[in-house]
Amino acid sequence: MLKSTVKAIGLFVLIAITAYLAFYYAPIEKSMGVIQKIFYLHVSSALTSFLAFGICFYANLRYVFTRQQKADWLGVSAAEVGLAFIVVVLITGPIWAKPVWGIWWTWDARLTLTFVLGLLYISYLLLRSMIEEPEKRALFSALFGIFAFLDVPLVYFSIRWWRTQHPQPVILGGPGSGLEPRMRVSYLLMWGALTGLLILLLSARYRLEALRASVEDLRREAEVR
Amino acid sequence: MKNLDSVLAAYLAGWAIFFVYYISISQRMSTLREEVERLKALLTKGK
Repeated sequence: MLKSTVKAIGLFVLIAITAYLAFYYAPIEKSMGVIQKIFYLHVSSALTSFLAFGICFYANLRYVFTRQQKADWLGVSAAEVGLAFIVVVLITGPIWAKPVWGIWWTWDARLTLTFVLGLLYISYLLLRSMIEEPEKRALFSALFGIFAFLDVPLVYFSIRWWRTQHPQPVILGGPGSGLEPRMRVSYLLMWGALTGLLILLLSARYRLEALRASVEDLRREAEVR
Repeated sequence: MKNLDSVLAAYLAGWAIFFVYYISISQRMSTLREEVERLKALLTKGK
């Protein structure tokens, strides 16, 4: 417990340092001004959520083929953690949009698909809460999770495939795209810190799911007696 | 600096979500630990 608390404090300090770098080391972007600083948290959170949903997708596939309980635990843990990151994206996005676009929200392809992504993983968690039988719950949610993941590439490529209000990609966006070196360092450090946070949250959530399974086993044992 | 309050609001909201989520995991964990102890005691008593 003490070890994980120390890890959590260390990670929050690291995130605070990366935020400091984003504010003071990275230069102010010329056209948008200081509001562009939201980029570091917004984009890093989006990519980290994709990573979490990717882990969920892998765990769901693994469960379907092997029926290992641990794959189910990993699947639900990654879905919930990914949802936390996508909520950050959906909150920081409109705060950034308002001063730049003059509106909080618009139903363009990128924003709509990101909103749907959040709804899909909320549905994944709701589906689990509605099925009591553990094997059935694990299988149905794994199948739904595989379907839900199909939205992740759609979100990623939406700004390349369709005309959107959302800006074109800055990273890996082809000729003319890219970040100023100090911006790139700040962005990569923020993404690294958030990936560390993902690992911390995922491992804590996985332990919680394992404990929940033990409680279910003990309850069944108590009922039999 | 123009829009600095929006930047601070975005970062504070982000950190608050992560922090509250971490606390919620810890709280759910301690509730389940108590439940495990209770069930174990119940099963030992029943033997």
